[in-house]
Parts: sequence; structure tokens; C-alpha cells
Amino acid sequence: MSNDHDHHEQSIWEKYIFSVDHKVIGMQYLFTGMLMALIGGFFVYVFRMQLAFPGAEVLGWGIVNSAEYNALVTNHGSIMIFWVAMPVLIAAFGNFLIPLMIGCDDMVFPRLNRLSYQIFLISALVLIASFFVQGGGFGGAWTAYPPLSANANYNLTPWGSILWLVAVALEFVAFLMGGINFITTLMNSRAPGMKMYDIPIVVWMIVLASILFMASVGPLIAGAIMLLLDQTMSIGFFDPAKGGDPVLWQHLFWFFGHPEVYVVLLPAMGIVAEVMTTFSRKKLFAYKTVLNTAIATGILSFFVWAHHQFVSGIDPRMANIFTVTTVIISIPIAEMCFVYIATLYKGSIEFTTAMLFALAFLVEFLLGGVTGIFLGASGSDIYFHDTYFVLAHFHYTFVPIAIISVFAAIYYWYPKMFGRLMNETLGKIHFWGTVISFNIIFIPLFILGASGQHRRIYNYENFPQLATDGMQNLRVVATMGLIAMLVSQIPFLYNFVTSWKKGKIAGNNPWKANTLEWVATSPAPHGNFKELPTCYRGPYEYGKMEGRKDDYWPQNEES
Amino acid sequence: MNFLIEQASSFAADIDGLIIIIAVLAGFWFFVAEFVLFYFIFKYSRKNQAQSEYITGEEPELVKWVHWPHIAVLVCDIVIIFFAVKVWYNVKQDFPQPDETIRVVGYQWSWKFVHPGADKQLGTEDDIEMIDELHLKVNTTYHFKLESEDVMHSFSIPVFRLKQDAVPGRVITGWFKPIKTGQYDIQCAEMCGIGHGIMGSQLYVESEEDHNKWIQSVNGQGETLSQVQ
Repeated sequence: MSNDHDHHEQSIWEKYIFSVDHKVIGMQYLFTGMLMALIGGFFVYVFRMQLAFPGAEVLGWGIVNSAEYNALVTNHGSIMIFWVAMPVLIAAFGNFLIPLMIGCDDMVFPRLNRLSYQIFLISALVLIASFFVQGGGFGGAWTAYPPLSANANYNLTPWGSILWLVAVALEFVAFLMGGINFITTLMNSRAPGMKMYDIPIVVWMIVLASILFMASVGPLIAGAIMLLLDQTMSIGFFDPAKGGDPVLWQHLFWFFGHPEVYVVLLPAMGIVAEVMTTFSRKKLFAYKTVLNTAIATGILSFFVWAHHQFVSGIDPRMANIFTVTTVIISIPIAEMCFVYIATLYKGSIEFTTAMLFALAFLVEFLLGGVTGIFLGASGSDIYFHDTYFVLAHFHYTFVPIAIISVFAAIYYWYPKMFGRLMNETLGKIHFWGTVISFNIIFIPLFILGASGQHRRIYNYENFPQLATDGMQNLRVVATMGLIAMLVSQIPFLYNFVTSWKKGKIAGNNPWKANTLEWVATSPAPHGNFKELPTCYRGPYEYGKMEGRKDDYWPQNEES
Repeated sequence: MNFLIEQASSFAADIDGLIIIIAVLAGFWFFVAEFVLFYFIFKYSRKNQAQSEYITGEEPELVKWVHWPHIAVLVCDIVIIFFAVKVWYNVKQDFPQPDETIRVVGYQWSWKFVHPGADKQLGTEDDIEMIDELHLKVNTTYHFKLESEDVMHSFSIPVFRLKQDAVPGRVITGWFKPIKTGQYDIQCAEMCGIGHGIMGSQLYVESEEDHNKWIQSVNGQGETLSQVQ
């Protein structure tokens, strides 16, 4: 295989735009995801300013009317999940890491991989186009419940809602192709000697996430086509006047939507495992337990979807079943958290920026996890459903997943991507700025939610109980936290760009880590390895080992 | 500002009780986990621990530290499920006999409330139809028949701890019993289009005397007040 890659000079075009190299495709996903994150970040800035200072002109936007407000919140959610969390966590790191970490030269289907990115790029362009059509962008929430999403007379965005749906459907197609590739590559291309329990956890997690995605997305693709037919031809799958049922969409959506939470959680947990073991110089505590809990979580995640629908008009008896499954899913997740904490036991922790982000993931995710129990328990969900408590809860899971763990990964693998280290001082400014301001945003939102503040309201003055000075002050605090968090990304972007040319030269293995990607030169060349490595042991052999001077033992080193 | 707002229905205290049970149990695990995590972070920093130990995590004397909390979490889960289902059953499954029944209809972007009027029967001539205003008598058990004329709405009264989606094409029945007089917010808690942010109504829980006065003031006829705001 590796002979194919040898010695022919590639043009820039071939090398960066139409490349079939898994690393370049990973970068394309990473940069596209980062650009989309900027758009999603700008949207949240605009609508949080409107919430803090209702009716005031927002710098860079102007007056926010209610149609714009709805489009901003809808597309903030859609972008952050479908065009940031998924492409960055799964596609970017999956593409970049899987072949390097299992010691092969590329994905098994490189052209399918390229097609996957191209379809993804088109989906992003379609979504962006949807903001500029007549009627504006879709504003029916990222969950797109019909009949609102199905009928332009109700949503008043005849083109925005169609384009939004087409964009989401295309994005799913892209990720199906990516998923096929990840699973097949892991099954077939592992380095000689790499057994099931020698595979780095992050690779396991990305592949498990791809399996979850592929198993859950089918019903939603069917649902999306049904909704598209409702929108364009008024077929009426979800229209009760024509014998359809609007709640059916909710089942199709959440049957995908809840596993989706774990689709992004698992790769983040994987990243944290790699970073934590390296910088605490500790073997991952109970590797098999981590893997088993991840599989258990994945299976259970298919039986919890209706906890999003407790008060949606489903048979109330069904809520009891879903309460049981939802609360029970806390067990594998809690166990995974315990095991991660136990990994630090008797370690020797070095507080690099990557490690700080990995630790912050655990610290913050724990709060996101326990607040989920209030929502999974049907009785208390009656009150909390669709309040800011829900919003704060899932941001305490999604921000650690899609932002904090991604930063851990970028600081950790940057040397392998670009051959240079990022600046640690700027990294620490970025870390503290991001994590502190994140809490300043969302702690007030928990309180507002518990006080009954419901979601997706552009101005609370119509609700006397929510229009108090105390609550308005909390909204202002949250918005200030958001601005601080956005400003904190400037040192990161500066660091990311300047370290490319000016960072300290990294060498092949700057962190003294075990996994196979550190065997390749930094940055890894086309074809990855000069000589494909052989694997002799598990990925986390760290610590004081008998007969070894070093506290680490790379996977490819012969005993 | 109270952490949770006031309780104005008979089941509000049950739901708050469940919230407190979960807060205590989940809060306990949260603080234990955070405490151990921070303790390890400081205790095993490179400054304090120059070299790490080789631990697989399969040693029985260490596994028990994960195994026993795991069992304990399961026990907590069972307690939470028990109380969650109990509260849910009381609020959403087991309806007491109603003294009166009202109709609630959501449409873009208002709530229409049909009160039974003096004869306490819905569907009669003296029904009182109000837009964005709901008048209830304190200590009276109500059933509501919830409908939607267009898209999904969600009938939400935070002081009652009540929420139920209104689904076009269906009539969904629920119940509540106000226990406190006062004026409160009614929300639409489901995204329902560009007017979602103004879809608020006012709830007036009145004493029997005040309620009768109100019925007389609208003169026993169905009357539609102009839309609030």
C-alpha cells in the first residue's frame, strides 16, 4: 500500500483541496468546523445581547426582531451540533488520528473520505445560504417540530426551512460515509500485533460513536425526507388534518437525537483519556471497564429518547419506562467518570494547557451529568422541561464536549499536525479565560431556569413574573460571561496561527507518549510512517515499571 | 428571589419535594466526585509526586473503590426513580374527580380559555371565552381539555409546576387544583413561530366570592377581551 504514496510531487491543488490524504481531510474538517464555530459564536453574541439589553441596537447586527431572534437561536444550535461538534470531534480527529494511531498509511476508502468532506462542505454552504433567502433563516428551533417546520404559513420562512432541512440531511450523508470509513479502517488496517485491547481509547470511542450514529440516523433521514415532502408538496405526514401525526417527527428526531449526545460525548471522553494518561504518566485505570461502560452507554442510549417528550402528548404511562432507562444510564456514565478520576491516583500530573483542558472537562462535565437527573426523572421534568435549566444542563455537557475537550485535543496533537508546539503562556491565558467565563454564563442560567424562565423568548417583558430586575441582572451577567468567553478565544486564534511558523520545533514525541502517532515524524508526511510500525503492547504503559528507566513504553518498541 | 418560585397548585409541593430529593442525592455524588478529583489533582501534581506508579486498575483492592460507589449510585437511582414515578403518576396519570372543566386552546400566538360560567358546565350558553386571561377559583379541582389550532404549543404555568404540550388534532386532558390566590404568568413553552415570545397569558386565581363577581361582571355571556399587549 505505502508504495502508492511514494515520490510523486503533488500540486497545491492535489495536496490541499482535492487531497485523499486522511490528515488533510481531517484538517479540512477542523478548519471548516472552526469557521462554523465563529458563525455560531457570532449568533450567540447577537441574541444574548438582545436578552441582556432588549430592543437595543447590537453592535455588528442592529436591532434584533423576533423572527431574527428565532433564526439566530435555531441556527446557533444547529451549527454548534451538526457543523462544529460532529465535524471536529468525529470527522477531524477521527480522520487525523485513526490511521496514525492504529499504525497504517491511510483510510481504507480514501476517495469516499474525500467525497464525505465535499458533501459536508456543500451542506455548510447550503446552511449559510439559508440565512440570505427570502423570509430569512429557519427559526423553528433546531428540533424543527412540525407542523411549524412543515408549513410556511406557520413558520413564515418558506425557503429558510427547506434549505435548513436539506443542509442537515446532506450533513448526515457526509457522516454516514465517514462512519463507514472509520469502522472499516479500524477493523482491517491495524498494525500487526494490535489486539482489541491495544487500541487507544480515543479510536475505540470514535468508532463506537460512528456505529451509534449509523444505527440511529436512519429514522431521522426518513423523517427528514417526509418533512421535506410536507414542506414542498404538502403531503401531510405530520399534518393531523390529512391524517398525519406531528408527534411522529419527535420520535424520529429524538430516536436519533439522544444517541447523538453520546455520539459526541464518546470521542470527547476518548480525547480526555489520551491526554490524561500522558500527562499524569498513568496507565488508564481499568481499560476494559472504560470500554464496557462506553458500549453499555451506547446501547442504553437507544432506549431513552422519549425523555425529551414526557410532556409532548405521548401516553403518560410510557414516561415511566423512559424514566427508568434514563436514570439508569447514569450508572455507566458515573462509572466512567469514577474510572477517569481514579486514573489520576498516584500519578505525576504535569499541568500543560492540554492537561488543564482535560481536567476541566471532568470538573465541568460532572455538573452537566448530575443536572441531567432532574430532567430524566419524569416528575421533576414537568417543571424543568423547556426552561433555561435544560439549556444550562446541556451546555454543561456540550461545552465540555465540543469546546473544552477539543481544545485539549488541539493543544495535545498540534505538534503532530504542524510539527511545532503551541505557546504555553498564551494557552494558559486562553484556558482560564475560557473556563471561568463559561461558568459565569451558565450558573446564572440554571437559576433563571429554576425560576421558571422558558426558552426561545426574545424579550421577557411580556411575562411579569420573569421581567423582574433580579432576573434581568442575571441575564446581563450571563451575557457578560459570554463576551468574556468570546474574547478569551483571541489568544487561542493568535497562538494557533503564529505557532504554525514560529512555535518551538516539537520533534516526533514531545510528550513522551506511547501511542503510534508519535512514531511518525511531526508533521506526519503523506503515507504517515517511513516503515509501518508493529504493535507490542497496550497504549497506556506509563509509570514505574520493573527493569525500565523510562516511565513510558511506546507501543511499537520491541521488548 | 427564591430559587424556585412560589407553589400555587396542590401538586407543586410534590414536584419540589422530588427536586429536593434529587438535589440531595445527585448533589452528594457531585461533591464527592469533585472533592476526590481536586484532591487527586493537588496531591498527585508533579511537584508532590515526581514519579507515577504503575497501576492497571484491575487490582481488587483498588477496584472496590469504583465498584462500591457504582452499587451506591444504583441504589440512589432506584430511590429517584421511585419518587419520580410516584409524582408523575399523581400529576399526569391519576386525575381526581373535577369540580369544573375548562377548555384551553393554543393558536399563533395566544391562548383562548373557555370557562364553564355560572352553571359549571362546558358547552352551554353561559360559557365565558377569554383571550389570554384565565380565571380560576381557589381550592377547586379543574380538568383542562387542551387543544391547538395550528402548531405545537405548550401550556405552562410555572407556579403550578404544570406543563403540557398542545398538539394539533388532539384533545389532551390534564388537571390541577389551585391552592393560592393571586395573579400569575401562563407561558407557551414550545417554539411556535415568530410570536412565541409574546404568547403569554395571565392567570387569576380568585376566592369563590371574587370569582363569582368576575362571572357577573362579564354578564354571563361569552366575551372576548382584547388581546393583552
